[in-house]
Amino acid sequence: MSLSPDEASRFAELLNRHAEPVVARWTELVTAGLRGRLSSAELRRQTADLQHAFQQALAAGATDLGDEAAAELRAQLSELSNGRARQGFSATETAISIYAFKEATLEALGDQSDVAALKEYLAFSSFVDRAALFTFDTYVRVRESIIADQTEQLLELSTPVVKLWEGVVAVPLVGTLDSARAQVVMERLLQTLVDTSSPYAIIDITGVPAVDTQVAQHILKTVVAARLMGADCIISGIRPQIAQTIVALGIEFGDIATKASLADALRHVIGRQKRTER
Amino acid sequence: MERVPVLKIGDILLVSIQIDMEDQVALQLQEDLAERIVATGVHGVIIDISALDIVDSFVGRTIAAIASVSRVLDAETVVVGMRPAVAITLVELGLSLPGVRTALNVELGIALLGRRETVTIDGDDEPADDGSDPAAVHTS
Repeated sequence: MSLSPDEASRFAELLNRHAEPVVARWTELVTAGLRGRLSSAELRRQTADLQHAFQQALAAGATDLGDEAAAELRAQLSELSNGRARQGFSATETAISIYAFKEATLEALGDQSDVAALKEYLAFSSFVDRAALFTFDTYVRVRESIIADQTEQLLELSTPVVKLWEGVVAVPLVGTLDSARAQVVMERLLQTLVDTSSPYAIIDITGVPAVDTQVAQHILKTVVAARLMGADCIISGIRPQIAQTIVALGIEFGDIATKASLADALRHVIGRQKRTER
Repeated sequence: MERVPVLKIGDILLVSIQIDMEDQVALQLQEDLAERIVATGVHGVIIDISALDIVDSFVGRTIAAIASVSRVLDAETVVVGMRPAVAITLVELGLSLPGVRTALNVELGIALLGRRETVTIDGDDEPADDGSDPAAVHTS
């Protein structure tokens, strides 16, 4: 059931006439819903803006939220749910801010008990419902983008490649090494080797909680790829338990140098650099 | 058919592959190089593949073959400038370049060949041990 242009303009007129009480009641309802996590002054400004946007949209003859006339209203709704999503409010709390508008408007309508008024109100109600659904959609989209950003940041954070010495770069691995992360580590390490022309790389696994065959496979692949490019890798930071696991699982590191600590690995590399300079 | 130019610099033949390596081009390069090594009597070959986006199994095998042929003719082959993406693909495919030495760029490749030469001329030292060379990593 959608609004007719005629009904829309009548509601616009109604909202205009009862602007003050509607905004006041609406703010009151939203404040109760959010349990004082936003100041009522701020909420009041938001609801006043929204009320104005609704009124403008209806006055311009918007019968559906997708109409050209409702563009400003949609922008306002997006902004609201964007803010709510980033401030950590739940989806219900965001949607209720819009639903409360219906209740506030109903009170402004006063005592009309004829069927025509009921029909009109129903049409108006479905219009507001769509507005609330729209905020909900936006809310979900914003939340998803926040999660995607955080995943990316986590990947960036957890895989730095540092230059340790002239011609030596190191990757301190922290956290569990799954396929996605192993891929990122591998690509970043190899690219850094090219960018810095470093013939040595140290992969430090002090921060890796457990080494199973899969993790070992990832590390081995990285080492082989680095060798294909003309750089040598040393694995360091192998804790006693990890060494036990590696042996128990029968993982072979072949001719790849392994050291107990990063310091040992660096000493080893510098020693080899000196030997080749002679 | 396109040909890959082979440049002689001192005691080194420098091959920089700037075109798509089709099978015929690769085979032609293998022949050209063998002839040039004999004609010039150099002791080192540097193959720069930094412009190659893709190294398929055939090109990989050809490079390995070039290295073997060169070694028979007493010239050391170094493959330089392999891109990370190419290296990752080769590893994922399980392809390696057996018997081929690698270096990160042409400069390190020349340094690698230069070191071996000094050792050979001096004759008072053991030949450089491949395992302990920075850029001279044997791929297996």
